[in-house]
Amino acid sequence: MKADVQERPEVAGAAHAGSDREIGDVVLSVENVSLAFGGVKAISDVSFDIRKGEIRAIIGPNGAGKTSMLNVINGFYHPNQGTITFKGRKRSVMRPYIAASQGISRTFQNLALFKGMSTLDNIMAGRALKMRRGLLWQALHWGPALSEEIKHREAVEKIIDFLEIQHIRKAPVGKLPYGLQKRVELGRALAMEPELLLLDEPMAGMNLEEKKDMSRYILTVNDQLGTTVALIEHDMGVVMDISDRVVVLEYGRKIADGTPDEVQRDQRVIDAYLGISH
Amino acid sequence: MVVFGQFLEVLIGGLLAGVLYSLVALGFVLIFKASGVFNFAQGAMVLLAGLALVRSLDFMVARGIPTWAAIVLALMFAAVVMAITAALIQKFVLGPLVNQDGLSLFMATIGITFVIEGAGQMIFGSDVYPLRLFPTDAWFVLGGIFDGGLLVSKIDVWGGLIAGALVAVLAIFFQRTKTGRALRAVADDHAAAESVGIPITWIWFVVWLVAGLVALTAATVWGTKLGVQFSIVFLALKALPVLIIGGFTSVPGAIVGGLIVGAGEKIAEVYLGQLIGGGIEYWFAYVLALAVLLVRPQGLFGERIIERI
Amino acid sequence: MLYREAGQFKTSYAADMAIFPIRQDRIALILLLLFAFVGIPLLANFQLWPLGSDYMLRAILIPFLILSLAAIGVNILVGYCGQISLGSGAFMAIGAYSAYKFGSGVHIPLEFLGTEISIPPLPLFASVMLGGLMSAIVGILFGIPSLRIKGLYLAVATLAAQFFFDWVFLRVKWFTNYAPSGSVAAPDLHFFGYLVHSPIERYLLCLAFVTVFALIAKNLVRGNIGRQWMAIRDMDIAAELMGIRPLYAKLTAFAVSSFIVGVAGALWAFVYLGAWEPLAFNIDRSLQLLFMVIIGGLGSILGSFLGAAFILILPIMLDQVPHALGIPVSVETVSHLVFIVTGALICYLLIVEPHGFARLWSIAKEKLRLWPFPY
Repeated sequence: MKADVQERPEVAGAAHAGSDREIGDVVLSVENVSLAFGGVKAISDVSFDIRKGEIRAIIGPNGAGKTSMLNVINGFYHPNQGTITFKGRKRSVMRPYIAASQGISRTFQNLALFKGMSTLDNIMAGRALKMRRGLLWQALHWGPALSEEIKHREAVEKIIDFLEIQHIRKAPVGKLPYGLQKRVELGRALAMEPELLLLDEPMAGMNLEEKKDMSRYILTVNDQLGTTVALIEHDMGVVMDISDRVVVLEYGRKIADGTPDEVQRDQRVIDAYLGISH
Repeated sequence: MVVFGQFLEVLIGGLLAGVLYSLVALGFVLIFKASGVFNFAQGAMVLLAGLALVRSLDFMVARGIPTWAAIVLALMFAAVVMAITAALIQKFVLGPLVNQDGLSLFMATIGITFVIEGAGQMIFGSDVYPLRLFPTDAWFVLGGIFDGGLLVSKIDVWGGLIAGALVAVLAIFFQRTKTGRALRAVADDHAAAESVGIPITWIWFVVWLVAGLVALTAATVWGTKLGVQFSIVFLALKALPVLIIGGFTSVPGAIVGGLIVGAGEKIAEVYLGQLIGGGIEYWFAYVLALAVLLVRPQGLFGERIIERI
Repeated sequence: MLYREAGQFKTSYAADMAIFPIRQDRIALILLLLFAFVGIPLLANFQLWPLGSDYMLRAILIPFLILSLAAIGVNILVGYCGQISLGSGAFMAIGAYSAYKFGSGVHIPLEFLGTEISIPPLPLFASVMLGGLMSAIVGILFGIPSLRIKGLYLAVATLAAQFFFDWVFLRVKWFTNYAPSGSVAAPDLHFFGYLVHSPIERYLLCLAFVTVFALIAKNLVRGNIGRQWMAIRDMDIAAELMGIRPLYAKLTAFAVSSFIVGVAGALWAFVYLGAWEPLAFNIDRSLQLLFMVIIGGLGSILGSFLGAAFILILPIMLDQVPHALGIPVSVETVSHLVFIVTGALICYLLIVEPHGFARLWSIAKEKLRLWPFPY
């Protein structure tokens, strides 16, 4: 988690607390990535990077290839060209669970919770990678397996407290209201203790109150745990408020990249969002 | 030449038998394309259609109705039985299960299978009933080239002709009629089809009815060949590996898959069976399907599935 | 009023994670186990109702226990991991025939090496467990396609297992020790030096196996691996993105499930049937097990027992009830009625209550907890 960060003295010394957090080195870089399904190009030759500790927004009109980009980053889609470098390790093809084991976790645009399981089990499932006891111990549910289960339960309860979802701990998630499901999904992603958290439209379909809550959770996670966040969001107000840098995609190409202010003033971005007559 | 002649005979026999698998597989493909339901009950529907046909035929013949009239009436009666079955399935099972996942629907069709098997046999009886719609003797062809000629069973040829005609009719139905186009729309997206005013319940009834009529067609051929009996259900189950090989959504796939399975299992039985003991036909199709699944999960003609999240 | 959890505060996560967090449930379970292990043998010993004759033990309780065990195995694969199986019968058969071979001595001649593998006849416990192990190994082999194919496609792969092993045990005479009829008989049941013979002894043997395996299954499904299975079942892509390896999760489900089904198969052959043919494990058996799981409740250990009980009792009821009412019903009609009722019930439950009897039971309990208030 720290190795490449600590080379820079100003980052090593910085406390990941309060608002004076520091942005570190590049943790993930996407280089010349292209992705096509049959003849349809979803992403063409896109490059950008994500720095340690920042909140990076990916925006763009519908169909711009944002979700495909996240899918490429966590190994669900394999790019036709280009490379992804995460924590100094370059890769082009990998299985999603390996990306997960390297510290990338994810929420989804259309909820992808485990519908038949309780809130608690959903979040506990996020810790599957961290649980090591073999089948035989688990079959006994005793000794090391039990203490491991309790240890992770404690960690999960902290997340439940943080997200204020104690009251639905044992409820099956399939029947929860949408806003709460989004929260549970965030909880599941946090349970992996990720270094890079990918959020695919975390606030879609939420009312103002829920958006505020969700923004607060994201900022707190970023502030206090130092988690790097990459998010796709359509609410420009939220994006401009909470993100450090923004990359803009349109028709699978990158059209702008910079701070929220820079991006807002970019003529191509304005055109993409407002439309121009060609 | 004798060896080659024997091989050719086995191959032809297998291909023609494969046409029968194709016939049942067609019923599966129709339902799968139109409703996304993987219909385990197709075999039971063949049994039901066969029972309705043969029992009403026997009933009328015994009462002195001329055979040709009896056959026509019996076919109509069996078609009505299949229509009623389709309506009941649509109303009581598939209607309420709209938008459930494929696995639940599949398990529901296993339930339907049992109801049809139980009810069909309770109403129409559970013996072996011989059916004589087509000639069952054989031709000897190419006697000039091969010693003694090649044995080609007439019923198999009939089966081939009927399957060919059926495919042509279905192709026209799907491509040229309004209902057929609506069917394809429903297959793509239920909700979207419903929102542009396609009556989805009616469409599903039509699909099950067509599948029922395909089952009836298969029953005429199989019933003649083997007699109408319970074990038809298991023969019909072989349409599943046929589908895997051909691809679930492809009508040509069902045909080619059937031919491959039919020819493959006969050849395996004759040439491999001597080595490892007979009865390979019993499992050959399934193991072949398993092999195809490992190499090409979407089947020979299926569309590649892109997963999204 | 008796069924209240008020005042039972959990002070540790361990207490909250217990199988039965509510005290009344624990008491009920202990009473049930006491009755099963002590009460029933006593009743049988004194020939009291309903155990006046062996019928209850031989025709109902023993098959109920073994089929419950098999249903637990199937439920792990189908109900918890979401991998449909139409080949459970084959895995029962593998368990049964492997146990038979290990119980009667394994000889594999390796003439080309001038030697042979020879294992002397093993005692009952060892051969039953080895039966389970062989079944688990084959289960893993047939589970491998599940990594590439899903749902309905997998159903066909499991059908391949069913038909292939039907054929193997029918045609490969080595498995039946070259018995001319193809039918084989179980050896005497020596369980740790004790000869298990009478129906009540057989019953207790099955009960012991079922109790232990039900506990193991429950432990697995509420632990880490159980969550992985359910995650794969509910949303396999998301599960993989959360770091759950599909390979490990699916193959463990196949292995554990096939192991339990294999053990149940060995018990079915040795303890219930005594002598059997491959027909005992054909596709009807597979569908029967699948029905038990659907009717009892997908993803519920309790449901496995309820489903097994229902499927077993239904034909008896359909046979007895019309008789008692004085309506003559032929054997054939009863078997057709069983088909119709089972099939209709499957459809009904899938529509109305996909979690089967087990969910109805928990709804009833919930109502009881709140009684007399509606909420």
